[in-house]
Amino acid sequence: MPGDQAVVHLTNAVVMSQGFPLLSGADLEVERGCLVVVTGANGAGKTSLLRLLGGLDTLTSGAGSVAGVDLIDGDLRLLRRRVGWLGHEGSFYGDLSVRENLVFAAKALERPLDDVEDALTRVGLAHRADTTTKQLSAGQRRRLGLAWLLVRRPELWLLDEPYASLDDAGREYFDHLLGDVLAAGATVVVSAHDPLRSGDLSPRTVHMAGGRVVAS
Amino acid sequence: MTRVAWLVAAKDLRIEARSRVLLWQVLPFGVIALLLSGLALGPTQAGRSSAGPGLFYLVTLFVTLLMINRSQALENAAGTKASVATLGLDPAGVFLGKALALTIELWVTGVVLLAGSVLLLHTALIGTVHALPSILVTLATLAAAGTLYGALTQGGDGPATLLPVLTLPAFAPLLIAGERSFSAALHGGALWEWWVIVVVALVAYTAVGILLYGVLEES
Amino acid sequence: MIKISQRLLGPVTLLLLVLTFWLGLWVTPPDAVQGDLVRLLYIHPPIAWVALYVSFGTATIASCLYLWQRTRSDNLDRIASCSMEISVVFIVLTLITGSIWGRPTWGVWWAWDARLTSTAILGVFALAYLALRRANDDPALRARRSAVFAILTAINVPIIHFSVVWWKTLHQGASVLTSTGQLNVHGSMLATMLVGFVGFTLLFFWLLRERYRLEVKRDLRVAHTVDEALALRRREGV
Repeated sequence: MPGDQAVVHLTNAVVMSQGFPLLSGADLEVERGCLVVVTGANGAGKTSLLRLLGGLDTLTSGAGSVAGVDLIDGDLRLLRRRVGWLGHEGSFYGDLSVRENLVFAAKALERPLDDVEDALTRVGLAHRADTTTKQLSAGQRRRLGLAWLLVRRPELWLLDEPYASLDDAGREYFDHLLGDVLAAGATVVVSAHDPLRSGDLSPRTVHMAGGRVVAS
Repeated sequence: MTRVAWLVAAKDLRIEARSRVLLWQVLPFGVIALLLSGLALGPTQAGRSSAGPGLFYLVTLFVTLLMINRSQALENAAGTKASVATLGLDPAGVFLGKALALTIELWVTGVVLLAGSVLLLHTALIGTVHALPSILVTLATLAAAGTLYGALTQGGDGPATLLPVLTLPAFAPLLIAGERSFSAALHGGALWEWWVIVVVALVAYTAVGILLYGVLEES
Repeated sequence: MIKISQRLLGPVTLLLLVLTFWLGLWVTPPDAVQGDLVRLLYIHPPIAWVALYVSFGTATIASCLYLWQRTRSDNLDRIASCSMEISVVFIVLTLITGSIWGRPTWGVWWAWDARLTSTAILGVFALAYLALRRANDDPALRARRSAVFAILTAINVPIIHFSVVWWKTLHQGASVLTSTGQLNVHGSMLATMLVGFVGFTLLFFWLLRERYRLEVKRDLRVAHTVDEALALRRREGV
């Protein structure tokens, strides 16, 4: 159930890359157990925001903390272990099989290996477990990304345009999965061009433009 | 650290066994390079075993550059880097794992190139076998150094062209030590100075890698 | 006190260098064996000293301090990069003066001598450092990677030195002090050499200061650009 403790707290967050401000002063609060959808046009800064929250980019100025880790002085490696990332691109080693990728993730985080088979079944990839990931379709790679997150069980899920490459059945399955994840107490931040279609999830929507949150 | 090292090494070696880039691309390149070096020496010089050690190591250096790029490229495919970063692996373990995997790949390559050296450049078989310990340690040192320098080049402009600029000066003393110890094994001569160079370099690169690989990964 | 010494640095450096050249070219006698060729020894060892010890040493210390979180600062990164730039210049001068000395002595412009060879390799290291900096636009990324590379270079200095020395050496032995600590050079020659060492060392610090100032100005200009970029980006959201 949503708590009153902020998992994400950003104040005037600026992230620069090669002289360009990816984020130009973003403010954001996300409470534990919430679903937040970040919308905006291409280039608005949605992916950059998620990368900052995941500890994948560093704060140039401003202040922030995510999952209890300060973004300036904190241990970003610790932060990264607490978050789960699903990007647009494939997330895995192309020459390893579906199962081998998940086993690698499980062993890295010292999770039980039984979780791998459960995750494969939940995302509907059990029959492709021994296929190398470069042979998967885009939609199947997206499902593998979800399986990776199910194995990891992070406290903060960061999903960058997760509906891309999914068909209607895939999107419905994904919404159902989001519901389960939220019910289990995780916090989810999703980036999308448009607000979520599903009415069951009651997300909070924030809109970005020009590297900042302009509406919430 | 050790657990992560074994995990990463096993992953890299599994990918190599699956993709067979070493078998179908790197080894043929090494053999061609040995052939070309013989051709460059000319018909009267090509079969002289005195040139063997130097040419073996020169070709090995170029092969090592290819393998370093390959090792780093595994981690830098679009999306892989971000997802693996969220696993929060101990950077010292990642360094040791990648260096270990690269060492084993270089040992395999080294054995093939040594066979080529015996066959094409007429280095004596017995002497070549005696040189094996120093060769294996030198290759391990190249792997440790290469893993570090390889990490320095990723994400910037032109990693493939920047890598030789950064690594070849560092490989120069290893080339000298390797060639001298191989020659000493073939023709006699003192070995201990060359062992000192290689072992000191191996310890130094391993220590720096364990201490500072995390800084490079943060980069 | 610091401001006075900063103001005096340039004039004192110039004075010492002029003194070195005057003493070296006109006052000191030719050597009994090398003749007038000895006059190169008033500048070649000092230039090599600056190239391989002073500038490399400064870059390494600044890099170590940069990597240590307590002392990390952009100033240290600037000092390290400026030192390496100066090192490249001095290494080239070392090789040129060494070759000029070597041609009549060894009969060739380049011999695979231990010191020349190791100097050339370290010169490539310094160039590689600059290449690495140019390959990365992000200031923090560039600074961290350069610092690690500088430390790796420092580790390689003794490794390269011993590997090349054991490989081969034609270089003349210690010019000033023998291995037993006895002075090899006497009188006006020694004085001239010492003036040269001090003069070229001060020249390094003067060049470092001027180059550092240029770097600060450049970074200020970049900071203005960043402010403008932020303002422009924010207008996208309006």
